[in-house]
Parts: sequence; structure tokens; C-alpha cells
Amino acid sequence: MIGEQRSGITEAKKQDREQIIRVENCSVVFGRRGQQALQMRRSGKNKAEVEKETGSTIGVYEADFEVERGEIFVIIGLSGSGKSTLLRAINRLIEPTEGEVYLGGEHVSGMSSKQLRELRRKKIGMVFQHFGLLPNRTVLDNISFGLEIQGVPKEQRRKSAEETLDMVGLQGQGEKLITELSGGMKQRVGLARALATEQEILLMDEPFSALDPLIRRDMQNLFLSIQGEVKRTVVFVTHDLDEALTLGHRVAIMKDGEIVQLGTPENILREPANEYVERFVEDVDYAKVRQAESVMVEAKEVAYINEGPTVVLRRMRQAGMSHMFVLDSERRLVGLCEAEEVARLAERDERELRDAVDDGTPKVQRRTPLREVLPLFVEEGDTPVAVVDEDERLEGVIVRGALIAGLTTSAEPNDEGDEDFSGVGARETSGVRPDGGGGE
Amino acid sequence: MLALLQSELIPSIPLAEWTESAVDWVTDNFDGVFDVLDSAIDLVVGSLEHILLAPPALVMVAILGVIALLLAGWRVALFTVLGLVFVISLGLWEAAMQTLALVLAATIVALAIGIPIGIIAAKSEAVEAVIRPILDIAQTMPAFVYLVPTVVLLGIGAGPALIATVVFAMPPAVRLTMLGIQQVPKDTVEAAHAFGATPWQTLFKVELPLSLKTIMAGVNQVIMLSLSMVVIAGLAGAGGLGEPVVAGLSQLDVGVSFVGGVGIVVIAIMLDRITRALARQDGGAPRFFSRGKGAGTDATEGKA
Repeated sequence: MIGEQRSGITEAKKQDREQIIRVENCSVVFGRRGQQALQMRRSGKNKAEVEKETGSTIGVYEADFEVERGEIFVIIGLSGSGKSTLLRAINRLIEPTEGEVYLGGEHVSGMSSKQLRELRRKKIGMVFQHFGLLPNRTVLDNISFGLEIQGVPKEQRRKSAEETLDMVGLQGQGEKLITELSGGMKQRVGLARALATEQEILLMDEPFSALDPLIRRDMQNLFLSIQGEVKRTVVFVTHDLDEALTLGHRVAIMKDGEIVQLGTPENILREPANEYVERFVEDVDYAKVRQAESVMVEAKEVAYINEGPTVVLRRMRQAGMSHMFVLDSERRLVGLCEAEEVARLAERDERELRDAVDDGTPKVQRRTPLREVLPLFVEEGDTPVAVVDEDERLEGVIVRGALIAGLTTSAEPNDEGDEDFSGVGARETSGVRPDGGGGE
Repeated sequence: MLALLQSELIPSIPLAEWTESAVDWVTDNFDGVFDVLDSAIDLVVGSLEHILLAPPALVMVAILGVIALLLAGWRVALFTVLGLVFVISLGLWEAAMQTLALVLAATIVALAIGIPIGIIAAKSEAVEAVIRPILDIAQTMPAFVYLVPTVVLLGIGAGPALIATVVFAMPPAVRLTMLGIQQVPKDTVEAAHAFGATPWQTLFKVELPLSLKTIMAGVNQVIMLSLSMVVIAGLAGAGGLGEPVVAGLSQLDVGVSFVGGVGIVVIAIMLDRITRALARQDGGAPRFFSRGKGAGTDATEGKA
């Protein structure tokens, strides 16, 4: 499930690499002598020294990043690392001391408070750790809050609120009071409120941290499936590394107000930029204990080498797959074909599929450690990896999302999950939390 | 020896004389203003009194009973009706309505001034720092002290009574409004900002609704404090239930005093129960037939 959405998003990204959020050299200092504190920091003093001498705290120091349309950009760090401050600097809930923020080409830093309000109404939705809902209102009235602020007529905002209510799975609960809901349900309302105004940017401040682990997992899946439909540009703050690596297309790790590493989840797991990141991610190294079979799923649709391109293309379209493994008559793996290639052959009325088949596609065996599977994805991009037995017969496939989930979580590596995990799960520590897990 | 030293070292401050001359100066220079103020107050309190006394007593009892029923449930309504009939039988109806008019007028003025001040103080630390000691002084200063200058300025009647009552009764409105707004969860206010709410929208859609319970507790306090000023108002010649009490005091007539006191108690309990029911509501519609003790019933209903 996760894998499908992810490949959908990367597809969209290929067509459209538009930058929606650009943060340039952004610093936030709390306290009066902001500029002075930054000067001192630049001259080489660390955060603690600056704080001692000026009494000002550097919340964020020279953060620099862009987020593309449809991307999920995760900011992760321990408490006090400045991640929530950086998030708030984007919509100026906290005023940056220095640096520029651009949203969709508009220069946010230079806006008057009226322009800023307009921007927040039309372009940005936000979800909060402690929900920030109005307990005196019903679910529907909470969801339509953003629209109410914009002055949308009552009938219309009720209609949009009801649509969003369905989206987050709260059908029929619109008239309940917030006080009657559980934490997970409340955050569904929080998410719906942020989605109801149909802005393109979604800022999420540890949205699932206050929920218990099982609910959190549900909410992550819900969020991914909604994101697959609405494709917002998301900045997501968390202190939970599992969450960061599962959800993020790219992850920024923060320490003492600075981004110490920024990269894809694979990147960060494989090449920690420094000792800090290494320590941060070391507990997550499930790659050492996990094997390919724990994250593989059944190949539901395959092509056979003696089939014609038109037939295969039709099947790929029906299944919504961009890649399909090609087998011979004994289910031995021949290679991988890509929809575009197959379509080209079909157009030319070719009888043979052979020309579209890439026979160098990576393949692994059931017992291959995930550590060795991971580099295949880094090199090959998003194409799935085949799992074969000794006789080269196809046993299953591994998709990117499931792999990352498998690297970062101790249970339920995939939705189909009918393999036997005994002996694997037992050795692993449950959920990894850089905070030391005190957040419940 | 020591006494001599003390009188040499510590100068005596003629605060009493200063105050007196300040009041004199104000009287001399702003006499016209106070005349207008006095007649304005007389007009407001007088017309409220007139409205309350216009219908036959029993009709008014029924009206107040229905109001209590709508706002606070049948138990309070029953008490209101029985209590007011008792007041009629004591021969205090007119005095009770005069008192009610004065209390209502004082409450409205106190809230109209107190709630906005509370809102401003909640948002500005500087204002809060100035307001707090003033509130402390206003509340601890014996009420008689306000009465004298206001009587000097406005003469005998409802005017000085109302002003003294407002000064004395306003602090809880300020304090509890401030408290209520400061207690609104930061996340919720931040959410309003994040969705582009203007400061006014934040105030009216988020902060005031979420602090309504606390503010209503303040309203209840204001009303109770206003009532406690009734006797003092009687001294200033404002009429009402304070009058028999004061009369009884000066004539050493225990009976008259006691009857007046009982009337005050009835009105006090009635007003207290009604306004407390308001404070308990979760911001929803008023509840019609609740079971008297409403505290916490909302929560249990939610679980059912």
C-alpha cells in the first residue's frame, strides 16, 4: 500500500519538479540580542556559549532547503533541536530573525500582516501535536473552521467539511462534540480541518506523537493514503525516526538548531553524515537482522515472455503498474519490462515482448539481508526488486516503500504479511525513539 | 525620648487633607459633569425599576420563574417562585425590585468595563502589571470609603450607590476574564493564527467561547458582590432592601433589620443559582429540564 502511493508521487515528481517551499539561510533567535547572537555563532562559538553570553537562544541556525510539489519533507530531531521552530518560521507563526522564506514564488518574509493572513488562509494548512481543536464545537464545525475564517457561506463550508469528513474516515460522526472523541479521532479531525481549505501546503507539527503506537501506525497509513489522493506539499515534523523514514521522501535531521544532514531515507541510513546522525540511526539498523523475505510481497501480476506487447500493456494498465516482471513458461525470471517500453512495442505492432525486457534487473533471494537489498534501490531508483529461488523462479517482489518500512519497524513489514516472521521479530527492539521514548 | 525621635524622624503625611482637597477641586471644577452622570444613572436605574415593578407582582414572579427554568432548570425555578412569594408576603416586593434594578444596572456597568479590561490585560503583560495592584486596592478598600466621595460628588441617591457598587464589584470580572483567556490552550490559539484568523476572529471565535465558563463564574461573583453592597447603598439613600436594614440599625429595631436581611438572602440565592447554572454550561444551548445539580452531567452524557 505504502509502496504504491510512493511510486505515484515520484511519478508526479518526474513531471513536475516545481519548488513550492524555499527556505534560505533562515535563523531564529529567541531573546533580545538576535543579531549579536548570530554574529557570535558565526564567529565559531557554539549554541551554549552564545546563550551564556547574550542570554539569547538560537532556535534555528542558517537552515536552507527546498520542498518540491507533492513531496513529503520530514524534519526530525530531539526536543529542543529547533524542528518545530523551523516549521513555524515557514508560515511566520514564529518570526525568523534572518533569512528568507518563499512559498510558491511568493516572498513570505516581506509580507504585511494582512497579506500573510491571506496566504495562511489560501495556501497553508497546519496540523498540531495537541490537535488545537475547539472543544465547544462539533466535529463538522471544527473542520470548517478554516473556511469560516475565510468567510465562506455556511452551506458551502458544511458541504466541503462533510466531504473531508469522509476522507479521514469519520463518516456519520460530524455532529459529535470534540470532547467525545479519542485522541486518534481528534487528530483525524485536525487533519480534516487542514485539508478542508484545499491549500497546497501542509505543515504538520508532530501530528501523531501524542497517539499510542498502534493508532499512530493507522494514522500514518491514513495520512499516506490521503496524500496519495490530494498530493499536498508536506513539511512534517517528528521526533520518531521510524516515522521519518517511513513517511519522508527526504529527511532533514536537526541538532542544536542546525540541519546536520538532509537526504533520502536510504541516504541517511547508508551514509550518516557525521557521528551524531550515526548514533541517531544506529538503533534502526534492522537491515542487519532482516531478510528479503520479510518485506517481499507476492507478485500479483506478471508477464510471460511469449505474450504479445499489447496484451501485457493492457494488463499493466489494468493493474496500474509501471513495471512488470517477465517470466518464461516455467516461471523463471527473464527480466523486467517498463510500461513505456511495452507501449512503444505495441505501437509498432511488434509480436515479441523480448525487446522491452531488461534482463539486468536486480534480483535477490529470500535469505538476502536487507542491508544488501538497500543499495539496489539506491542505484536503480524506484524499480521493484525480484526475489527468486535457487532455480531463478520468481517468488515475490520488494517495493521501495515496504523496504523502508521493513528497515525501520519491528512488525508488520507489509500489508499482505502472510510470511512467517518467527525468530526475526523476537530479536528486534520495539519502536525506536531518539527521545528515549518519553513522549507518551 | 523615643516618641520624640519618632516624630522628628518620620514626617506625618497629611493624606486625608490631600484627598479632601482633591475631591473639593473635582467638585468645584466638574460639578456639571457629575450632575449629568447622576441623572443618567438615575434614569437607567429608575427605568429598570419601573420595568420590574410595572406588571402585577405575581406576573413578575412568573416571568422570573420562567427565566430561571430556562437558564437553570426546574429546581431553581421552584425556589425562585417560592422565594419571591415569600418576599411578597414579607411586604418587601417593591424594595426587592429596587434592589434587583440596582444590582442589574451595577452588574451591566461592571461587566461592560471589566470584561474589556480583562481581555486587554490578558494580552499585555504591561497592562496586567498595572491592573493587578489596582484591582487589589479596589477589592480590599472598605466600601464605605468610596461612598463618601461619591455622595459628596453626586448627592444622595442611586448614583453614588451604583458607582461605589461598580468599583467594588468589578475586580472579579477583570480577573476571571483575564484568567479565562490566559487558560485557552496555546495550540488552539496558534491554530487560529495558522488558519489566518484576524485578532478579532481569534477573540470571538476561539478565546471568548473557550473562556466563557470562567467569565460566567466572574459574572456570578460580580452579582454577588453587588448584592453585598445593597446595605451600603441603603445608607446612601438608594432605597431597596438595604433601607429596612439600615433603618433597623438606626432605630435598634431587630425585627425590621432581620426582615430586610431575609429578603436580601432570598434574592442572593436566586441570583447565585441562576448565574452559576450559566457558568456550568459547556457553551451549548441552555438546558431546559436539567436535574438541578448540573455539574458534570455533560461529561456523563457524552459517554453514554
